[in-house]
Amino acid sequence: MGGAMTRGERQNLVKGLAFISPWIIGFAVFGLYPILASLYYSFCDYDVLNKPAFIGTLNYQDMVHDSVFWKSMYNTAYFALFSIPLGMALALIIAVGLNQKIMARSVFRTAYFLPSIVPLVGVSMIWIWLFNGGGLVDHGLSWLGLPSPGWLTDEHWVKPTLVLSGVWQVGGTIVLFLAALQDVPKSLYESAQIDGASAPVQLRHITIPMISPVIYFNLVMGIIGSLQEFVRPFVMLGGPGPNRSALFYAINLYQNAFQYLNMGYACAMAWVLFVVIILLTWGVTVLSRKHVHYGGEG
Amino acid sequence: MRWTSKLLIHAVLLFGALVFIVPMLWMLVTALKPIDQAMTSPPSWTPHRWVLTEGGETLTVGLDKMPNDTTPDSLVSVGCAYRWLIEIQGEPVPVRFTDGDGPGEAATLNIAVDYHIQAQIDGDWLPAKVQDPLAALAAQDPVSVVVIDADGYTYRKTVKPDQLRRTFDQSKQDLRASFGQSQAMAVPAGSLARSPIDWDDRLELAHVQVEQRQVRAGALSKHIALRWDNFPKAVSAMERFPDYLRNTLVLCVLTVIGTVISSTLVAYGFSRIDWPGRDKMFLVVLATMMIPFPVVMVPLFSMFKEFGWIGTLKPLWVPTFFAGAFNVFLLRQFFRTIPKDLSESARIDGCSEIRIFWQIILPLAKPAITVVALFQFMGTWNDFLGPLIYLTDQKDFTLALGLQFFQSQHGGTQWHYLMAASALVVLPIIVLFFFAQRTFIEGISMTGLKA
Repeated sequence: MGGAMTRGERQNLVKGLAFISPWIIGFAVFGLYPILASLYYSFCDYDVLNKPAFIGTLNYQDMVHDSVFWKSMYNTAYFALFSIPLGMALALIIAVGLNQKIMARSVFRTAYFLPSIVPLVGVSMIWIWLFNGGGLVDHGLSWLGLPSPGWLTDEHWVKPTLVLSGVWQVGGTIVLFLAALQDVPKSLYESAQIDGASAPVQLRHITIPMISPVIYFNLVMGIIGSLQEFVRPFVMLGGPGPNRSALFYAINLYQNAFQYLNMGYACAMAWVLFVVIILLTWGVTVLSRKHVHYGGEG
Repeated sequence: MRWTSKLLIHAVLLFGALVFIVPMLWMLVTALKPIDQAMTSPPSWTPHRWVLTEGGETLTVGLDKMPNDTTPDSLVSVGCAYRWLIEIQGEPVPVRFTDGDGPGEAATLNIAVDYHIQAQIDGDWLPAKVQDPLAALAAQDPVSVVVIDADGYTYRKTVKPDQLRRTFDQSKQDLRASFGQSQAMAVPAGSLARSPIDWDDRLELAHVQVEQRQVRAGALSKHIALRWDNFPKAVSAMERFPDYLRNTLVLCVLTVIGTVISSTLVAYGFSRIDWPGRDKMFLVVLATMMIPFPVVMVPLFSMFKEFGWIGTLKPLWVPTFFAGAFNVFLLRQFFRTIPKDLSESARIDGCSEIRIFWQIILPLAKPAITVVALFQFMGTWNDFLGPLIYLTDQKDFTLALGLQFFQSQHGGTQWHYLMAASALVVLPIIVLFFFAQRTFIEGISMTGLKA
């Protein structure tokens, strides 16, 4: 900038800073300070009651040998790996269906969207009730002649149950896909039809490339969200679940911070999570440069 | 498109939509059932009652389902509930038998009635403990009592005789209240009356007896019956529900006000004024959206602890007065679409910046502000982790936290109340959605398309 600011520029600077001052104060107090403090605490033994004591990288070293940490990492990776692709595929299929010339489109759209706004604690209650032994889901299965597993009691079924119940709330993703689908020029499909391209070919070569920016956006949001999954497993299992099968990363972190008061260790875990999120987002972004097609680039 | 594939698409979409809606419907249906219908096999989608009509009298009786191949004259075993009542000072009072289960053949019956002494303290009738209660009731002089208030605190008070009364326990909840008393008596057999009660009420009323009776199938009829009173009962089972609701509403109002005021100001500063370094600074705003909450969770907690805010609502609303990055981003996108000329000509006319903000930009930005306010309202209503970390006292809980607390206390038994309570948390959001459907869909699209 230099010192060569005109009077008008200086006035604007003062006015601009005045308008954004709530954010500056808020960022300093509720953003920057906590980030720096958290980084510092991650190298400390800290229990909130006593002053933090610097212990170097001990928290991070402990993490490497902490089997509970790795279990929570595994649970979270499992959950993300299944729920993101499943949710996105389902959302895309439903959005493509809703984008056809169909009757009562707005009724269908409402039905698919509604679950996504239900408060998470309410959602958890509904699923506890549905997956309860002898509950509605079990009845449905026995009506089809299928056995019912211990959805929330068998350690091998807990995570699939959480994935399934999470997929129920893909409404937001559906709306985003639908908005993107409506922007795909109809002429592309018309010329493809003249060339005799089948529906799957059209999906693969027109629809998916044209909505790839939204796929990328949903993927990034999905990664950030599912790595921090907390409320549903916490409420539905009321704890870490059988053999810690529902001990997700964020729950493990919460327990360390507020139940065992290992706040330094919790901060170290939070930083590892932050780094993982950044790396994955970066990785997805690099991949997307090759495959994501932004409209107008030709 | 060929009609077969069109039919297929409709069928698949319809099936999917049913799957998406069934969980919520099942919640509502369960919320309107008595508990014994909640877990029947096969599941029933219609809350109902079985009514026995005999000699002009009707009574709700207990029956899981009508056995197969019944004719109107075949006998069916149903559950009947009743109580034995005695009249004391004109009031029918349920009794229990101190020797045996029922009146039997004896001419004199040993029974007991349960009651509470209540003392009027500052206008409220509170349960009280008195030495020799019956004598105290009859006495003319002030008496010393120990009372227990709604928060469970006990203290000693001296009250006048007209501030003391006796209430007979009618429900199981009455029986559970502190300082229960009972009075044994021997009464002639004829002074008791057998009074049948609604089968649904047997779990709530005091001193209920049940029996299986063989009745004619033709005298039974099934009626759809929605138990709307499950909602008030769930509310009172949650005990602190009014507090939860008040806290949630207070937080919703404060956070919406805070978010709208601060985010519009900041977004204005980032879009309608040209100042050096503005766009670089905005990149910092965007970058803060990447920070996961767990990273700042612990330092925020210890900071709020220093402020003495833990166990108050403050950590949940004060930060919203300092503009969240996401809302600033949404509003800035919108403010940028408003033509620059509007501001420029106002500036030439000598309008101050704050007047331009208030009188020109804000009225034009109503749609975007509505989206931000709506999302903030929902975010606060739904928030669980924040209240879980910062609130310590049950009276400060929000609905989301209170619901989880109720489930952890009573889950697995009172399904009908749990679903009624869940519906009370979920339905306001659903109703809001139907009023603001367009805003919702536009808001969601706004978050994605500009990213």
